[in-house]
Amino acid sequence: MPSDLVHLYMRIDHLPQIWCPGCGNGVIMRDVAVAIDELIHDEDNPIKREDIVIVSGIGCSSRAAGYLDFNSIHTTHGRAIAFATGIKMANPRLHVIVLTGDGDCSAIGGNHLIHAARRNLGLTVICFNNDIYGMTGGQYSPTTPNGDKATTAPYGNVDRPFDIAQLASGAGASFSARGDIYHARETIEIIKQAILHKGFSLVDVYSICPTYYGRKNKKGDAVEMLKWQRDNLVPTARYYSMSEEDRKNKKLVGILSFNDYPEYTEEYAKIVAACRKTKKG
Amino acid sequence: MYGRKKLVIEPAWCKGCGICAAFCPKQVLEIRKEKVVLRDEEQCISCGLCELRCPDYAIYLVNEEE
Amino acid sequence: MPKTVLMQGNEAAVEGAVAAGMRFFAGYPITPSTEIAEGCALRLPQEGGKFIQMEDEISSIAAVLGASAAGMKAMTATSGPGFSLMQENIGYGAMAEIPCVIVDVQRSGPSTGLPTSPSQGDYMQARWGTHGDHPVIALSPATVRETYTLIIRAFNLSEKYRTPVIFLMDEIVGHMREDVELPDPSTLKINQRKMSFHDGANKQCYFVPDGQFVPAMKPFGQGERYNITGLAHDESGFPVNSSEIAGKLVGRLLDKVEKNVDDICRVEEVEMDDAETAIVCFGGTTRAVMDAVAAAREAGEKVGMFRPITVWPFPEKALRARLPRLKRILTVEHNHGQMLLEVQRIVGGALSVDFLGRIDGTVISPADILAKLREEGPSHAE
Repeated sequence: MPSDLVHLYMRIDHLPQIWCPGCGNGVIMRDVAVAIDELIHDEDNPIKREDIVIVSGIGCSSRAAGYLDFNSIHTTHGRAIAFATGIKMANPRLHVIVLTGDGDCSAIGGNHLIHAARRNLGLTVICFNNDIYGMTGGQYSPTTPNGDKATTAPYGNVDRPFDIAQLASGAGASFSARGDIYHARETIEIIKQAILHKGFSLVDVYSICPTYYGRKNKKGDAVEMLKWQRDNLVPTARYYSMSEEDRKNKKLVGILSFNDYPEYTEEYAKIVAACRKTKKG
Repeated sequence: MYGRKKLVIEPAWCKGCGICAAFCPKQVLEIRKEKVVLRDEEQCISCGLCELRCPDYAIYLVNEEE
Repeated sequence: MPKTVLMQGNEAAVEGAVAAGMRFFAGYPITPSTEIAEGCALRLPQEGGKFIQMEDEISSIAAVLGASAAGMKAMTATSGPGFSLMQENIGYGAMAEIPCVIVDVQRSGPSTGLPTSPSQGDYMQARWGTHGDHPVIALSPATVRETYTLIIRAFNLSEKYRTPVIFLMDEIVGHMREDVELPDPSTLKINQRKMSFHDGANKQCYFVPDGQFVPAMKPFGQGERYNITGLAHDESGFPVNSSEIAGKLVGRLLDKVEKNVDDICRVEEVEMDDAETAIVCFGGTTRAVMDAVAAAREAGEKVGMFRPITVWPFPEKALRARLPRLKRILTVEHNHGQMLLEVQRIVGGALSVDFLGRIDGTVISPADILAKLREEGPSHAE
């Protein structure tokens, strides 16, 4: 018997999930379920379960769409945000949540990410960022740190990595944030805010891949990788109370950019309303 | 507000990654034969950190009454 | 009341699609299809619909599939290079059974080719562009008026069979302007999607009752929770690794079209009843063929035109029915011989199949066709 949360929001016939022991993806998927549960029961901003659509692409992360018991669509590699764009345009009432990975959303799907951010279309993108292509067995991704090893970087990665949250900010995302596995409670709060945010929101959640990334780079097991997150990723309040010196080599877990640019479907609805008025008049 | 909570383990779903045991503030969990076990129920403070970070939903709290 | 307007083929595609109930368009500018995107940007908000210019053709077809899954009749339009980019997601639409219409206004290729010159070089790509065995319905209009009515049929077939339909135009038809008498909207037959799952005990989203081929569809956001995937899946919509279930699924997808060819296939036949020579053509080549047929008839030659309107699946039965009388077939296409291969397959060596094509971006004239008819072949010799 799984927990009530799992029972309520996951398709238990399809569990336990296929992810490797210690994979962080299960934690992020639970964070999403908890965030949705808390929003459904939020007296001020209730959202309806039937209005949630989970969209995913291809890769380890994207299996989450099949496990979460909502309307779900598991699309093609890199294109989840583009499918989600059509869903949101067709029915702006829906909360369209894209579950994607570092490769899915910033390599093959990088173009769709920046343009959705620029348009400020009201999607929520949760990136399961584990610095590696897991499903295909450990090739370097756009977030694999420079110098690290992967099956396609046997001598060390020559590429310089993206910081996906900063990338989204730079592309104009009206909400861009970072989360992680260790700070799960903080990450749940961030995901809740991202879902409630009217415009485009992205949460780059640092996952862990002990099987491929961890093993190749001698980062230790899942526990060691989580200790690294504990010691190097810092939630907002503490981060801003630290001195500049102490912040060096630390990364903020929290919201990087936030503003209230007009949301795309609302702006488009104004055009539709104006055209229809002219037509009738 | 809440009744006392009890820890439940679902061994079939546990993959033995050890995250719950490593970050348990009271160190009441341990991995035996690749599965988590509750070593000392008395010392468990029902904080829920194990549930929060278990990638496999194999450990969780329930209200005692249930 | 029918009204007569001067219209370009691309404009007729927009107006026909709007009449068919298309309310979502996502696209990316590309010659010679751009007027379709422009027309949709102008017209859709007037009809309460939505237009979005995406960052490329891959995202355009993806957004179209997303909008369709959320309940809107959706369309995109492109030309060869963009059509190539869309192929993966066209296969997704076939596998996940999401209706939509993809307009390909063909231009000369390969690659960037001659962007403003006519071609019919995407005929085989329309059939085999996406990977794996999949069903395809492709329709090709020959005139501006037919563009209007046929694109409505494209939507109707797409909704009925829950599969992407390719609307294979070409630069000639897309950019040609003609007087078009638009039919009275009340006379149009418009298929609406069945907006609920099949009745009965089995509520699975891909459940198909015995003797039927198409699961009913319920858009996201109407209270049911289900999963859509491009992986091989069972009737519940979830991925399976079973060869039995995967084989059954793909078999049903192919059967949807193969077992309904009589419903799907349409042909225009001109002067075919006593013809000894049939000219096979489609789309923008048709007008020159019609002129050539008229000229040949004037000269007493028994020549007819066999024009598939449904170009995929090829109207095989209709051509077979004509074979006993025929002595010769001439296939005329603006390509290197693509529909020719289908004709040869069906004829199977029973009679000679000649070919007249162009790959230089210029147009085949009636005189070219007459010259080809008369340079060789039995209908002239007798």
